[in-house]
Amino acid sequence: MPRISFTPNLARHLDAPSTHAAGGSIATVFAEVFRRQPELRGYLLDDQGRLRRHVAVFVNGRRIRDPVSLSDAVTESSDICVVQALSGG
Amino acid sequence: MNERLLVATRKGLFTLDRGQGWRITGTAFLGDPVSMVLADPRSNALYAALNLGHFGVKLHRSRDRGASWQEIAAPAYPPQPEDAAGPDWSLVQIWSLECGGKDWPGSLWAGTMPGGLFRSDDEGDSWTLMRSLWDRPERLEWFGGGADSPGIHSICVDPRDSRRVTVAISCGGVWQTVDRGETWQLLGVGMHAAYMPPERATDPNIQDPHRMVACPAAPDVFWLQHHNGIFRSTDHAQSWQQVAPTTPPRYGFPVVVHPRDPDIAWLVPAAADESRFAPDGAVCVHRTRDGGKSFEALRGGLPQEHAYHLVYRHALDIDATGDVLAMGSTTGGLWLSADGGETWQTLGLHLPPIYAVRFG
Repeated sequence: MPRISFTPNLARHLDAPSTHAAGGSIATVFAEVFRRQPELRGYLLDDQGRLRRHVAVFVNGRRIRDPVSLSDAVTESSDICVVQALSGG
Repeated sequence: MNERLLVATRKGLFTLDRGQGWRITGTAFLGDPVSMVLADPRSNALYAALNLGHFGVKLHRSRDRGASWQEIAAPAYPPQPEDAAGPDWSLVQIWSLECGGKDWPGSLWAGTMPGGLFRSDDEGDSWTLMRSLWDRPERLEWFGGGADSPGIHSICVDPRDSRRVTVAISCGGVWQTVDRGETWQLLGVGMHAAYMPPERATDPNIQDPHRMVACPAAPDVFWLQHHNGIFRSTDHAQSWQQVAPTTPPRYGFPVVVHPRDPDIAWLVPAAADESRFAPDGAVCVHRTRDGGKSFEALRGGLPQEHAYHLVYRHALDIDATGDVLAMGSTTGGLWLSADGGETWQTLGLHLPPIYAVRFG
């Protein structure tokens, strides 16, 4: 099952511990994470469900290519990192 | 007399208490931009709107005078149709927060960028976009003023009938509902926009009101600092007259009106409009006591040399007595006057950039 971890900067606002969540894409993994923790959604996605402009997601060290529909594929062994983009700093 | 002053800044929320000599007695959200704050006298709740650089717009509520805060629902835009023109249907900033009226306990209004007006009927637990205004075709003509997207910064609820609400938009003119948001009318006869092509100058839908307030004791009298002038209405925003049209400077952002006397108002001039700092580097407040026929420049206690402060549209407030004013600047100056603006006491010179000051 893919592993997903979040920038520690989120901890200023809410708990976001690393976890495992099933799914074959970023969209489905996020859906599972948000099912467990609905309040996290608004921190990562905008009103239209797109990745926030200053949030970045990496899969095995590579930045995802589809921040709009989050279709980037993940596998059972994927390591997903959600970080705050330096563009927002 | 209000006992508390709330100061929303680029780096947090500060609370000052009169009983402590207007010292800062409370801080919250240090490090986070607080775009607006509201003290609701009906419930004693406080609301703070955050605009987190990475993680979006958040709204918090306190029921214990700011000792603790809980995150509540932020306004959210509905799904955007694929063919929708105009700005993204996504919340950029909460720019204004007001109570909905004594006869609607729990009701709140939130004005936002990119131009949506939201209403809550449950103290902010949930919000509804006023589609009646958002779906108006005129909205697509609105544009940002000093920001990338248009926004609603002023919301005036008629104290005699809270179904009547008037909002001002940069840049989208002045709109009014008499049925609590079911229908809207575009107002603004008498305003003109020098920044537009001449044939569009009097188009009410592209006017750039910087700030609009109404007198609590005479709610048909409105004051409005516009991008290129000061306007006043005595018929509840139906028509507008420019005041002191030949007296420079006419540019600035905030305006407040005396709570009992609609002829007394204060404005903070700024050098127009690319410069945007106190004219000649000397901070002053303009006061009229005759409905705008004449103005006095009040400078007592304010910095007069190389002081390039700018006072944003929500960063000047007046308390319920009409005697006490507070003013904050983008360079972290905070001043208070207890004599109607004649003299000012410095409360801070090193605060973060100040977005809003509010007694409450």
